Amino acid sequence: MHKKVRFWSLLVLFGLLGLTGRAQDSAAGKPVEMADRLRADGKIYVVVAVLLTIFIGIIAYVIRLDRKISRLEKGSK
Amino acid sequence: MLKNWWKILCVILLTYTILAGFLGPVPAKPILNETIRNLYFHVGMWFAMMALFTVSAIYSVFYLWKSKPNYDLYSLEFAKGGIVFGCLGLATGSIWARYTWGAFWSNDPKQLGAAIALLIYFAYLVLRNSMTDMDKRARIGAVYNIFAYAMLFPTILIIPRMVDSLHPGGMGNPAMNTKDIDSRMITIFWPAAVPGWILLGVWITTLRIRLQLLVEKKLSHA
Repeated sequence: MHKKVRFWSLLVLFGLLGLTGRAQDSAAGKPVEMADRLRADGKIYVVVAVLLTIFIGIIAYVIRLDRKISRLEKGSK
Repeated sequence: MLKNWWKILCVILLTYTILAGFLGPVPAKPILNETIRNLYFHVGMWFAMMALFTVSAIYSVFYLWKSKPNYDLYSLEFAKGGIVFGCLGLATGSIWARYTWGAFWSNDPKQLGAAIALLIYFAYLVLRNSMTDMDKRARIGAVYNIFAYAMLFPTILIIPRMVDSLHPGGMGNPAMNTKDIDSRMITIFWPAAVPGWILLGVWITTLRIRLQLLVEKKLSHA
């Protein structure tokens, strides 16, 4: 079952990848305000670290759930 | 471990998306400013939703073709996964709109289209639960799901592009045009953000499918 699910999901995935666009840089006239100072001061790294922590936490949770279900599947055979 | 390679790939791609998405270079645009980075996250939600709905529709076709009950379960769970990502896409889009278009909701064709598409899928769940006969539920559900999928792309992509919209991609322009984003963003968006979010959606959906199969097994033994 998982093989089939995986097959179709991957098919869709690579189909979408095939849509890869082309692009080129375009420069505008006057300077636009960006968070240059924020990055220069290094503060943005704090936000990135927080987000990564949350992301790792969620992924760890999903992996644990995955393992638990795998164990149940083994037990029910 | 080898059969889980795609889960590892998912984590790698999304970690890269977060790191490069925040720290990588982006074009400087008025109004948008740094919010342009939302592309990696907000648009990723929609691509995950479209992929999950596509798989769901494929399994609905399979169900009608082969009448195997498991296909109905796959179709249902993929639709549910797609709905979760769709709601996240709508919510993140609303937040982004507040700071660029001026309001959380401005009845923009893109917003209305996305809301209609999601309502059509909500109706799929309601329709299924209105029937107690399992066979009938699966069969009518599959037919409805295929029609819902047929309405998905017109409502979220085609109609909003035919009319004037605040969202990129209005008036016949492609949403992913070179005026809005450049090659540096493209190289994060297509190879990392889109497949990463899709794989996460598939991962969570397969967990739900496996759980549901265990529940069914337990019920049949009881």
